[in-house]
Amino acid sequence: MVTGWFTGEGDDFRLLGTRCASCRTVFFPREDTHCRNPHCAGDDLEEVPLSRTGRIWSYTDSHYRPPSPYVSDPELPWEPYALIAVELEAERIVVLGQAAPGVTVAALTVGMEVEVVPGVLHEDARTAWTTWHWRPRGAAV
Amino acid sequence: MTADVAVLGVGMHPWGKWGRGFVEYGTAAARAALADAGLGWPDVGSVVGAGTVRGGYPGYVAGATFAKALGWQGARVASVYAACASGAQAIATARAQILAGLADVVLVVGADAAPKGFFRPAGGDRPDDPDWLRFRLLGATNPAYFGLYARRRMAVHGDTPEDFALVKVKNAASGALNPYARYRRRVTAEEVAASAVVSDPLRLLDICATSDGGAALVLSSLDFARRHGAARPARIRAVSTVTPRFPNTVLDLPDIATDSAVAVAPPDETFRASIARAAYEEAGIGPEDLSLAEVYDLSTALELQWYEDLGLCGAGGGAKLLREGATAPGGRIPVNSSGGLASFGEAVPAQAIAQVCELAWQLRGTAGDRQVAGARVGITANQGLFGHGSSVVVVR
Repeated sequence: MVTGWFTGEGDDFRLLGTRCASCRTVFFPREDTHCRNPHCAGDDLEEVPLSRTGRIWSYTDSHYRPPSPYVSDPELPWEPYALIAVELEAERIVVLGQAAPGVTVAALTVGMEVEVVPGVLHEDARTAWTTWHWRPRGAAV
Repeated sequence: MTADVAVLGVGMHPWGKWGRGFVEYGTAAARAALADAGLGWPDVGSVVGAGTVRGGYPGYVAGATFAKALGWQGARVASVYAACASGAQAIATARAQILAGLADVVLVVGADAAPKGFFRPAGGDRPDDPDWLRFRLLGATNPAYFGLYARRRMAVHGDTPEDFALVKVKNAASGALNPYARYRRRVTAEEVAASAVVSDPLRLLDICATSDGGAALVLSSLDFARRHGAARPARIRAVSTVTPRFPNTVLDLPDIATDSAVAVAPPDETFRASIARAAYEEAGIGPEDLSLAEVYDLSTALELQWYEDLGLCGAGGGAKLLREGATAPGGRIPVNSSGGLASFGEAVPAQAIAQVCELAWQLRGTAGDRQVAGARVGITANQGLFGHGSSVVVVR
């Protein structure tokens, strides 16, 4: 449902943003038309992979089923999942994402190092919708 | 500084889950505000409606919808949508018309019939809409963002869930005294702690509900107020409607990521702090001049953040200010004497107008059991989704 936001498999999995050729500002989600730095007139934006690892800015979870357009199976009991906001040092940006399955808020602290890993948002008989997840470094896959 | 405009009349429809349409709530509030001003609807030269996107098509054209319900009388009309800041932008529009001499008397109305449960984006597949994306890709509800801010405060400032609960206890005690509030029962810290977790570390009673409700103001020029016999009305002295500055480095609704600070250093102040500063500068006052404040307590933790953004204390000092009782009734700077969103719930286009209603009652000295003694200067603070600042300074 979103194209060009991430690429690669396994250890090569990376979030994709864009970078202004003039002022070097990085954008995620990708900005492909005009640089949004108000001091820059640039419109040459090149695709750039983001850092694989970062540190937790904050985290939370969702004990109630989110409404649509989030997709979940109403037949199954709701399982809370964690959300992690991660600071990427090189890009000086904070990126929100779901935690990898099995990672609960009890396992997280602000400042902890996490890495981006491929994940599945949901799947049906025909399609698996892929996404990115954050996972504490060194945690079991 | 700009010239003041007079708050001649204020009115509300009680908040709650009434099961009726937003037009009915807004019309009731408008009629109450007109009666409070001692004016008839035909005396109004302009009507400004704060819009809702969940009321269906008529919500986008709120101004004319309320004008029709009140009876077509030829008034100038405008409709404003700015998410939670819609009410403040409607007030700003009305004020600009009065100061420009386009109208002597302007009616401002905001009302909503909100769905139960989480707010959600409008239907359809819209991957170019950041609000749709955060739900579709992350299931990130509004409380999820409130949870992120709360956890961040705990990590950076040492706030505790017990601090957050005290905000609810304080606001519920004030809401119990407000006939327009949806929830009129005192709440204990134990009840907050026993309520279900919604988004860690926040619990159900830390987070405001969705509600129906309506609020309205009758604003006029000071000359008109004088001719009308209102010698010392409450006056709007400033309306802040600022946008953020790049790079906005605090993760905020509905964004999935912040702006990058790699090319431009972050501004010295956050967006929320810039909303209040713009209002102070326009009004020619500072936080030390305030008698009271109405802030957008979408969550208990967010109210503490506003203390700091309004300059009531330094960064990280919010919980201490609360524990000292400075923001409670009788304290140095009572916050949310109305009961706040904790007691009202959220009726999006009405809430920023309702905040001004409370200030007007307080500054007139007619707030009954909620009265802040000797109230002279009040501020409201709010923030609308997608980057809409909202703050109003009212003086007497």
